[in-house]
Amino acid sequence: MNAPLDIFVEGVGFWASRLPGWDVARAVLRGASAAPPAAAARPSPSLLPPAERRRAPDTVAVALEVAARACENAGRDPKSLASVFASANGDLPVSDAICDTLAKNPALTSPTKFHNSVHNAAAGYWTIATGCMKPYTAICARDCTFAQGLLESVAQALTEAAPVLLVAYDIESRGPAATMQPSRGVLAGALVLSPERRERNLARLTLDVREDANPRRSAARAENSALVAGNAMADALPLFEALADGTEREIAQRLAPRMTLSIRVSPLETSS
Amino acid sequence: MSSRALPLSITAYTASCAAGNGRAALLTALRARRSGLTRNDFTEAPLETWIGRVHGLESQPLPGHLAQWECRNDRLAWHGLQFDDFLLAVAAARERYGAGRIALVMGTSTSSIGATEEGYRRVLPDGQYPEDLRRPAVHSVHSLGEFVQAALGLTGTTVTVATACSSSAKVFAQAERLIRLGLADAAVVGGVDTLCNSVLFGFNALELVSAEPCRPFDRARRGISLGEAAGFALLEREGDGPWLLGYGESSDAHHMSSPHPQGTGARLAIEGALARSGVAAQDIDYINLHGTASQKNDEVEARIVAEMFPARTRASSTKGWMGHTLGAAGIVEAVIALLALETGLMPGTLNTADLDEACGPQIRLDNDEGEVRFAMSNSFGFGGSNCTLLFGRERTP
Repeated sequence: MNAPLDIFVEGVGFWASRLPGWDVARAVLRGASAAPPAAAARPSPSLLPPAERRRAPDTVAVALEVAARACENAGRDPKSLASVFASANGDLPVSDAICDTLAKNPALTSPTKFHNSVHNAAAGYWTIATGCMKPYTAICARDCTFAQGLLESVAQALTEAAPVLLVAYDIESRGPAATMQPSRGVLAGALVLSPERRERNLARLTLDVREDANPRRSAARAENSALVAGNAMADALPLFEALADGTEREIAQRLAPRMTLSIRVSPLETSS
Repeated sequence: MSSRALPLSITAYTASCAAGNGRAALLTALRARRSGLTRNDFTEAPLETWIGRVHGLESQPLPGHLAQWECRNDRLAWHGLQFDDFLLAVAAARERYGAGRIALVMGTSTSSIGATEEGYRRVLPDGQYPEDLRRPAVHSVHSLGEFVQAALGLTGTTVTVATACSSSAKVFAQAERLIRLGLADAAVVGGVDTLCNSVLFGFNALELVSAEPCRPFDRARRGISLGEAAGFALLEREGDGPWLLGYGESSDAHHMSSPHPQGTGARLAIEGALARSGVAAQDIDYINLHGTASQKNDEVEARIVAEMFPARTRASSTKGWMGHTLGAAGIVEAVIALLALETGLMPGTLNTADLDEACGPQIRLDNDEGEVRFAMSNSFGFGGSNCTLLFGRERTP
């Protein structure tokens, strides 16, 4: 079959409604402090020109925030990184607005909303804002989206022998669409993954893909899971919890209906 | 810089679009220069444009075991799988490798959003969709990936790529990585996109839709004609070819709905495909261009081709035959490039009378026949995502 794949975590970005930013999230997820009592307002996408910041869809705002923080954390220039954007639902509030207009008066469809509705909108804004001409991709696999995003990031990093930025996000659903694609709150996580070990690496991930009639899913600790409950990207939490804990852990993810992705997280001593 | 790609044999492939269902019909339409574009009869609200509609889907329900995916996009996917013995080829591959060792990578831009649009048109006062549309499987971009996996009886890694118009070109790149790393022994790649109100009225709002059949690279072009299509390819390490030799991917970093004015991103994608395959620009016989007939794309793409390729390279846009099929354009045009390798037919450009002054000698209006050893296909998407594929008749350049 296939050999396990090794990859190094160079940088982390994270933002959730109750865990706004990796510093807060890291302390809360490892049990060192309590979560803020209320949901935070969405981060401002400071990479965008001032005129565009307020109008940017929520997916763009959170995706750009975690992507920028992960690059900073890794000490990597965003221009130098290929990227993989993973989202189960994309921007459902934008789709909700478009479908509503199409049902009532299609001629009034907004050009801006239309280009913001594509699944690769956040990736497009990211590469435009950072001037990055490296390739990006934008993928979806419903409840296997995080695992698929992680696998494609690792596949790119290993085949190209270059670091890759993974950005995974889902936001709160809205309107009739929310009945079929439910998602609550905001959860966005980003990782800079590199095939080569460097001084500042936080952890080594060892990925193993195997066929499995009943793929298992590892859960984060109950008190942490509760903070992102109902979000369509909640499967990302166990990996970020493991990175926050700084202890060795094996995480199972559903990669496809009959495939498991197992991720061994091995913290490296240089992590602070 | 770029690593060399693992050459992959394309052991089965097919495409269905307004110009024809399956390779033989598509080839006949290409040879006869018969366009499948017709006046828009798809939208209830009036919209003056021409479309590449696949006829007959309305009367082709999905078989019972696939009924939970019932929607126009998955119907088109099922329809597209019926040609060129594709189902037989996948069944044989399933026997050879096991269902779990065949990866599935599908591309689309809007997938089955037509079903979601219908849910909004028929929404009940309590904000629910009507009963028949309460099927989460069709209200997701990944509806396509899940449907094709079920339809083909595969159980390996499965994902849907949604990078707008480059989607079903990028699936070849992602599949090559999975096979090169040993995560799969073979892969089914492809793409499906169907006409829907979102794209017709969305592109119309961006003032990119033409009121007449699209005229790629014409001085007087007036925009795109939208179309729908399904296409699939089976990739394996061994086989008789034709071969996927390389691919190049890049970003424009310029604008959400307008290409880079100097085409820097597109050039990077082409250079990446040449470098990964080890083929020189001088050796490219035929390029299937993105050529949407939008003002900017065609001007920029024509200039790059004139600068990068010798006069002997033939290049054309085939969008006059089936329109711009968005997330399916990558696979449809890959199929046309593969047909060029196998038959020697290098299609010209349909509906175009007077080439833009940016065009070099490469861009042809008339069909041509000849020996085609290497063929490329360009797909440049919304959000600045570019992908170029390079195919060859032999495994080694």
